[in-house]
Amino acid sequence: MDRARGPKKATRNLLAIGRYGMTTTTDTTDVYAEQFFKWARILGRDCPAWLHPVRQAALAQFAERGFPTMRDEDWRHTNVAPVASTEFVPAQAHAAKVTPEQIQQFRLRGDDEAVMVFVNGYFAGHLSDVTTLPEGVRGMNLAEALAVDLPVVKEHFARLVKSQDNAFVALNTAFAQDGAVIDIPPDVVVETPIHLLFVATAEEQPVVAHPRNLIVAGDNSSFRVIEHYVALDQGVYFNNAVTELFTGDNLAGDHCKVIRESDQAYHIATLQMRQGRSNRITSQTICLGGALVRNDINPVLDGEGAESSLDGLYMLDGAQHTDNHLCVEHRSPHTSSRECFRGILDGKSRGVFCGRIIVRPGAQKTDAKQSNMNILLSGQAQIDTKPQLEILADDVKCTHGATIGQIDPDAIFYFRSRGIAEDAARNLLVYAFAREGLSSVQDERLRAQLEEVVLSRLPDGELLRGVV
Amino acid sequence: MISAKQQESPILEVKDLHVAIEGHEILKGIDLQVNAGEVHSIMGPNGSGKSTLAQVLAGRDVYEVTRGEIIYKGKNLLDMAPEERACEGVFLAFQYPVGIPGVSTSYFLKTALNAMRKHRGEKELDAVDFLKIAKEKAKLVKMDERLLNRAINDGFSGGEKKRNEVFQLAVLEPALAILDETDSGLDIDALKIAASGVNCMRSSDRAFIVVTHYQRLLNYIVPDFVHVLVDGLIVKSGDKFLALELEEKGYSWIEQEAQRKQLATC
Ligand SMILES: Nc1ncnc2c1ncn2[C@@H]1O[C@H](COP(=O)(O)OP(=O)(O)O)[C@@H](O)[C@H]1O
Ligand SMILES: [Mg+2]
Repeated sequence: MDRARGPKKATRNLLAIGRYGMTTTTDTTDVYAEQFFKWARILGRDCPAWLHPVRQAALAQFAERGFPTMRDEDWRHTNVAPVASTEFVPAQAHAAKVTPEQIQQFRLRGDDEAVMVFVNGYFAGHLSDVTTLPEGVRGMNLAEALAVDLPVVKEHFARLVKSQDNAFVALNTAFAQDGAVIDIPPDVVVETPIHLLFVATAEEQPVVAHPRNLIVAGDNSSFRVIEHYVALDQGVYFNNAVTELFTGDNLAGDHCKVIRESDQAYHIATLQMRQGRSNRITSQTICLGGALVRNDINPVLDGEGAESSLDGLYMLDGAQHTDNHLCVEHRSPHTSSRECFRGILDGKSRGVFCGRIIVRPGAQKTDAKQSNMNILLSGQAQIDTKPQLEILADDVKCTHGATIGQIDPDAIFYFRSRGIAEDAARNLLVYAFAREGLSSVQDERLRAQLEEVVLSRLPDGELLRGVV
Repeated sequence: MISAKQQESPILEVKDLHVAIEGHEILKGIDLQVNAGEVHSIMGPNGSGKSTLAQVLAGRDVYEVTRGEIIYKGKNLLDMAPEERACEGVFLAFQYPVGIPGVSTSYFLKTALNAMRKHRGEKELDAVDFLKIAKEKAKLVKMDERLLNRAINDGFSGGEKKRNEVFQLAVLEPALAILDETDSGLDIDALKIAASGVNCMRSSDRAFIVVTHYQRLLNYIVPDFVHVLVDGLIVKSGDKFLALELEEKGYSWIEQEAQRKQLATC
């Protein structure tokens, strides 16, 4: 493809610079670059011309930086070498082999659900149904949106995320083929939950997918989006996801992200959101499955009175590693943010919570609260938690707190004093702690599914049914 | 002080009980016998060790029993785990009940009641049967039924927490009920209701230890015996009139008397 040729050279040069002095033994940075050029034809097919320079610039950024190492401050506790050293092959569109029955357990059920299903990153039309969306609301998959050069995509694609800040974002921008495009016009209230279900299946070789979602919500609208990652089989694969969420003024939105990847899977994702004036976004990040999970959650409060409420739960076991990196940027006065992340760590699992709060000059009367509570169930589990405050305005309220501990011994004693055995008391309290972490999930059908997952992970989970 | 009736059926015998926490001795030789059908009140200034005694009876392991023994219904209570004690009929209404977000009061109590029933070899109750009992008992202590569906003590007012303790007492029907300052945090009406709940439960095969700082509660739960605990020792025992005397004169005279006694024995 002609258009790819010129930048190809330039990229190669950048690549050479980027690799100079690198100490990583195996790194697939250049493999991705090779892939890109091999794939340029496919990537370019049915794509509008404006996208090529965006992709090429992103690839150049990626090639220049390479994968992050633990020397990068933002990746200090998360070693991505397993991801960087695995030669993932791009996932193929095999969507047709998944049947509706196979995904039934993940559906919200009921007839009000708008669902878009993606299999290994590719849209599966036969499993999807967006006819329940109100008139004027568009739910289209990215590949199709690019094929028809949907203006909303051109206007917003890669405008919020910055490839130079995050190698995985760069990689996604360079390779993204499919994902969801949701366009909600001003003044429309979408009662229907919009369920984006990403299904992974086991393939012969480890595959990589780069799901790319774009959600644009106009002024005075309201919506609920669920971004749900599940696995049908155990297997090694890599989901490298990016979601950009543009929200206007005076609206209410909810974004629920659920990660139930396979035990051997890698999931690295960025959720970038822009919030306008008097805009209230609630977000939940529920991490239950995956060998290595990293979430970057970056709301930008870009209008007076904007509010962000970010909840999270991670429940880890075995050798799971989950890293939640939040960066809330208060750009306007009277904005508020609340973060509450809970962790339950068992086995040799490792959790990371990093909560960065930036208050820009002029963002007076900012109110930011952050809390991260962790329960360690085993002596070998580990959590690194830290707040990072950059406050550049003077009239600001900012509180943060983190706890790491065992289950409250007073609570255990209270149960035991009522005849409940110690083990049962402990399980009950862990479950209660997890349930609190799920309580902010708005869709009750999804919440019930997740409570079941939590129960199935606890010893004697059966006995805990009906705690509420 | 020892009547013929007392010798018949002791539920609890505390003998020369010494208790320490972090190497610091708090209880310094408590002797106490509680028989079926009796109500004993333990009064004393703040910090005298009342809650320590109550918690040790319930099996709190942060306290170290350094000397003495506790016999409950003829068995060594100190050998039993807290849950075993509860299943055998020991109940503590906490001075500071813990809030537990995420677990409803009714689930908690149903689990507790069924654990005890199982221990006694009785059939476990299903949700419907349990609810029937719970509602009846809630009425008894005039507790708002809606509290059943709320997480245990989570966001409860001080009074609601205490009433919830009395409610649990009513549902679990223990043989030995220890109430640790159940009156604090209750207004006079709530106090009367809680007391009437306790009074309804008084019976010849059940005993109460009512720990209180103030005499007020004892107007409604009339004790058979009053013991005054000062600095880890029972310095005086008497009947309900001792409580009135304490109300009138405060604790200082009794503390002074205790000091004089101690000096005399030195
Ligand atoms: N967990 C603890 N750690 C250290 N000291 C304690 C602890 N609990 C109680 N104490 C001390 O033991 C003494 C008796 O306390 P407590 O039994 O609570 O008294 P009361 O209930 O009569 O007010 C007090 O001096 C108190 O400070
Ligand atoms: Mg006390």
